[in-house]
Amino acid sequence: MTAQGPIKAGIEIGGGTWRFPASQPLRLDSGAKLAPLEIAYKTYGRLNEDRSNAVLVCHALTGDQHLASTHPVTGKPGWWDRFVGPGLPLDPERYFIICTNVVGGCMGTTGPASIDPATKAPYGLTFPVITIGDMVRAQAMLIEAMGIETLFAAIGGSMGGMQVLQWAADYPEKLFSAVVIAAAARHSAQNIAFHEVGRQAIMADPNWVNGAYLTAGVRPEKGLAVARMAAHITYLSEAALQRKFGRELQRDGLSWGFDADFQVESYLRHQGTSFVDRFDANSYLYITRALDYFDLAASHGGVLAEAFTRARHVKFCVLSFSSDWLYPTPESRDIVRALNGAGCRASFAEIQTDKGHDAFFLDEPLLDQTLRGFLAAQSHSRGLA
Amino acid sequence: MSAIREDFAEILKLVRPGARVLDIGCEDGELLELLTREKGVDGQGLEISPEGVAAGLARGLAVVQGDGDRDLDHFPSRAFDYAILSKTLQQMREPKHVLSELLRVADQAVVSVPNFGHWKVRWALLSRGRMPETGALPEPWYSTPNIHLCTLRDFTALCDELGLRIDACAALSDGKPARSIDPRQPIENWRAETALFLLSRKADPLAPAPPPQNLFGEMELPKAEPPPKKGRGRRA
Repeated sequence: MTAQGPIKAGIEIGGGTWRFPASQPLRLDSGAKLAPLEIAYKTYGRLNEDRSNAVLVCHALTGDQHLASTHPVTGKPGWWDRFVGPGLPLDPERYFIICTNVVGGCMGTTGPASIDPATKAPYGLTFPVITIGDMVRAQAMLIEAMGIETLFAAIGGSMGGMQVLQWAADYPEKLFSAVVIAAAARHSAQNIAFHEVGRQAIMADPNWVNGAYLTAGVRPEKGLAVARMAAHITYLSEAALQRKFGRELQRDGLSWGFDADFQVESYLRHQGTSFVDRFDANSYLYITRALDYFDLAASHGGVLAEAFTRARHVKFCVLSFSSDWLYPTPESRDIVRALNGAGCRASFAEIQTDKGHDAFFLDEPLLDQTLRGFLAAQSHSRGLA
Repeated sequence: MSAIREDFAEILKLVRPGARVLDIGCEDGELLELLTREKGVDGQGLEISPEGVAAGLARGLAVVQGDGDRDLDHFPSRAFDYAILSKTLQQMREPKHVLSELLRVADQAVVSVPNFGHWKVRWALLSRGRMPETGALPEPWYSTPNIHLCTLRDFTALCDELGLRIDACAALSDGKPARSIDPRQPIENWRAETALFLLSRKADPLAPAPPPQNLFGEMELPKAEPPPKKGRGRRA
């Protein structure tokens, strides 16, 4: 799936965990405060002298900060390895690229598996409910702590794209350009419905123990795997599944039982079981909840355009995939319409592909060409070499 | 550097420096880039092909994938000073609607149309009895994208019907300098191969113009309606 190898030698890779003192809590949309806040992040490239070349890449639901370097748990290349690297559209020789694990995540940023300083035990369900706005507020704290006033670009696909929209609404003064891929300005009933199936699968697993499984020394792996399997179907298209698997069988003949007879079953089971090695079930509950609560228009008087009235100086690029039925093209068109209505200059393209929602991880030449062109032109107008 | 296309040169003359410009069917963004460079316009393109959008983005332009038939509705009223529709009105499904939309989203429209009353067209029909294939209309009837062709007289009649004022008009033909014309002169309906119009509304039927920075002047905002009670506080 990935044509590029790991980042070549000579590119500076940084990162670690940024610990904010308890006196600097994350103020949450729910009214609660989260402290102490820790943010796990990776960086690629070097911040230039006038600090104008920082790019924030926001990850999707089950992504993490390991954008373009080997994942410590799976040993696989970074999730956007084919996009970030020398000569690629996000070139660390030109940009200082930052990717943070979202709040509520499980790869080092404070989340439900973190230790609650009050009880010295994992938060579990005592972790406060978080929102996309909270994720972005935490990122803004990190960016500020790094001494970066303006991001050259905020870029993200899927949930990452929603974070970028939130950035444009909450911190437009800190943005020069914004790229929103395969996203939506709010979760539809169908989106919420699929997430609810996943959450119920996790909570129906006896090993979930009301969220206190870490204390109990067990893990709701079955439930989390089923949640992942259901969700994974929504990331692909019918055409892609048909092309990849059709009705092909695992071995000769049917088993006349409930083994994975079909290749597509085996594939989904593999997706489920490999997911539980790297993801926390409670994080899955919290992050899907944050997505379901996302409705950018609602917090702006019901008019999406109102969210962008302060972002007229930001250059937007919105992209969708023709076969994405999770966040289909009309969702992106709504975003573009609102941007136009707000008087923002926006670009939009629908990439023709049968690969579904996950196409933004995959080899789509027109996606590359579009983003490469947009970023190059914007970096030229920003005065980056 | 290659010579500027005749119609582009003419549009370049018409457009005010620093204006907000919407170019419908902007292709690879050549005209918008020219207007940005020469006139410092604030440009937005609309282009149907994703390749065209990608090319426009690489030029640093803002381009939305879409077409004039469907997607003009998405733009707020008077968001632009000029809406440009170059040589594609005759390819629209509803040219009349598109024309009035152009003058909803912009104060002035720059529209060019091939003239089906041109003498070459009339001659081709008269002498051979075949659909004309001319410089301005090069495709055979079965593969032409032009589905709503009109003569100069048809076009000025439509402008009258829609209450549009013709602020300027120029006759264009390949390789010749543009010629300022009165499109209502019968002779021009014979000799103008393509005509470029600058149009505006005679009487403005729209609400008074909102202040230029506030594009919400005409939108009704359902203000701060509290979210429905059910669904709040419910725990999964």
